[in-house]
Amino acid sequence: MRDRFVSTLMGLAERDSNVHLVTGDLGFGVLKPFWERFPDQFTNAGIAEQNMTSFAAGMALEGKTVFTYSIGNFPTLRALEQIRNDCAYHEANVKIVCVGGGFVYGSLGMSHHATEDLAIMRALPNVTVMAPSDPAQAQLATEAVYAQPGTCYLRLGRGGEPDLGTPTDRLQIGRAIQIADGTDTALLFTGAIGDEVLAARARLAERGMAVAIVSFPTVKPIDTEAITSLARRYGTLITVEEHSVVGGLGGAVAEVLAELVNPRARLVRIGLDDRYSSIVGSQIFLREVYGMSARGIVERVLEVVHG
Amino acid sequence: MTHLSGGSHIGSILSVADIVAVLYAGVADVRPEEPEWTERDRVILSKGHAGASIYAALAERGFFDVTELRTHYADGSRLSGHVSHKGVPGVDLSTGSLGHGLSVGSGMAYAAKKDGKTHRVFVILGDGECDEGSVWEAAMVAHHYGLGNLVAIIDHNRMQSLDFCENTIALHPFADKWRAFGWNTIEVDGHDHEALRQALEGCEGAVKPTVIIAETVKGKGISFMEQNILWHYRFPHEGEEYDGAVAELDAQRPSAMAADDGARQ
Repeated sequence: MRDRFVSTLMGLAERDSNVHLVTGDLGFGVLKPFWERFPDQFTNAGIAEQNMTSFAAGMALEGKTVFTYSIGNFPTLRALEQIRNDCAYHEANVKIVCVGGGFVYGSLGMSHHATEDLAIMRALPNVTVMAPSDPAQAQLATEAVYAQPGTCYLRLGRGGEPDLGTPTDRLQIGRAIQIADGTDTALLFTGAIGDEVLAARARLAERGMAVAIVSFPTVKPIDTEAITSLARRYGTLITVEEHSVVGGLGGAVAEVLAELVNPRARLVRIGLDDRYSSIVGSQIFLREVYGMSARGIVERVLEVVHG
Repeated sequence: MTHLSGGSHIGSILSVADIVAVLYAGVADVRPEEPEWTERDRVILSKGHAGASIYAALAERGFFDVTELRTHYADGSRLSGHVSHKGVPGVDLSTGSLGHGLSVGSGMAYAAKKDGKTHRVFVILGDGECDEGSVWEAAMVAHHYGLGNLVAIIDHNRMQSLDFCENTIALHPFADKWRAFGWNTIEVDGHDHEALRQALEGCEGAVKPTVIIAETVKGKGISFMEQNILWHYRFPHEGEEYDGAVAELDAQRPSAMAADDGARQ
C-alpha cells in the first residue's frame, strides 16, 4: 500500500504542481522516488508534527494540496489540535497520511501502535477518514482524497498487502464495496486486516458457511445505506478492524444500527478490546493474540452464528 | 467592546492595540473592498484572545461596519471572543489556542515564497505564548527555509495568565533566544508608532525571518489596568470603572492631545 500510495501521489504531482508532500522526517526508502523527481514539491518539516500540520494548513490556505506523511500516531494524535483548528475548521486541503495503521510496527511497542486513530479522527467534523485494504484501494483512495476538498485522513498499512480483488473502477468516498457474497453472515472490515478476513471466509467455507465480505475503505462518512441494507438481510453483522472496538468501524456501524427501526441484525465487533498492547510481537503475532487473525475471526464467527 | 460584552482579556487587547493599529494603518497591504485579494499581506493574530483588537481595526478600515463591534461576544454574533475567520472579512486565520499562528504563518510564507509571490505574512504572538513548544518548532523551520517574507511581532508585555512571565517560565534572555534561532531580531517600544512602522517596513526584503519584540505594557492607556493581572480576566463595569477608563482613553486621542497642546500655547 505504501509504495502504491507514493507512485499514485507521483502521478498526481506530475499533473498538478500544487500537490505538495510534507514529511515529518520519515519515509526512508519509501519517499525517495518522490523527492528525487519532485524536489520542489517535497518538504521535510523535521521531527515536529505539530508544526508540520499547521505549516501544511498554511500552505493549503495559499492554494496547495498538501499531503502530510508520518507513521503510526505521529501525524494524527501528536498534532490533534492542529488538525482540528488549523486544518479541519479552515477546511484546508490537507491530506494526512499515516503509514502503519494498527499493529504494523507491532514489535516496536505501544507508542507505535495506531489503534485509536480512526476513532479520534472520525470524531472531528470536516474530516474524511479512509483506511484502504489493498494496493488497488490505496491507489483509489489516494486519488479520492486528492479530489475531495478539505481535510482527509488516509490510514495505510505498510507494504506487501495481498490484492483482495477490489473492483478498480468502484471506489467512491463514503461507499462500501462488496468483495464476496454469502448468506450466513457478513464480515465488514476496514484497513489492512482484509487478508485475515478473506482467509477466515475461506476456512468458514470449508465448514459449509457462506460469509459475505464487505470492504469499508471509508470510515467517515460511513456508508449508512449499505449498513442498513446489510442489517435487514443478515441476523448478525461482524466488524473486523486492526483498531480499538471503540469508535472505529465497529463504533460507526453501531451508531447506524442503533438508529435503525427494527433492524434484523445484531452487531459483533472484532478488534482491540479497549486496551493498549504491551506484548512484544509482530503484526501477525499481535493479530493472533488479540483475536483478529483469520483463526480468531473464524472462532468468533462460529461462536456467534452457531451459538 | 469588553464593557458591553463582559468579555475578558482587556489588558492583552490594550497592550497589542498599537501594534495592530500600525499594521492596519498602512503597513499591511490589504483591501477592505476586496478582502480575499490573493496578493494581500496576511495577518495572523496568534494570541487570539486579543481578537477585539483585530475586529476593531478591521471595522475602522472598512471591512465591516463599526456598529457591528457592539455584537462582540453576543449570542449569534460572528465576532467571537477569540478571533474567527468564519464569515468575518479580513481575518486570515481563526486562533484561540496558543502556539498555532507562527506555524500556519510559516506555511503561508513558505508557499508564497515557492510561488514567487511578494506578499508578506505578519504573525502577532504573545510573550507568554512562547511557552508553547510549537512556537520554537516554527522558529526553526522558518529559519531553515529562509522565510524572509515572515514577520513575527511579539507583544512583550511581560505578563501571562497567572503572573509575570519571568515568574512563570522565564523567557530571559528572550531576544538572544530568537537570535540563536537565526532570526533577524529587532527590539522596539511597542507603543511607539513610528518605531513600529520603521521596524515593520525596514525588514521588507530580508533574507531571513524577522521577529520584532515589541516592549509593551499590559492594560496600556488605562492607569488602573496597567501591569495588573486582574485585567486579564475582568471587564470594566458600569459606573466609575468604565467612565474612568473611557475618560483616560479619550484624553489620549490625538485630537484631544492636539487641542490640549493648542490650549497650552
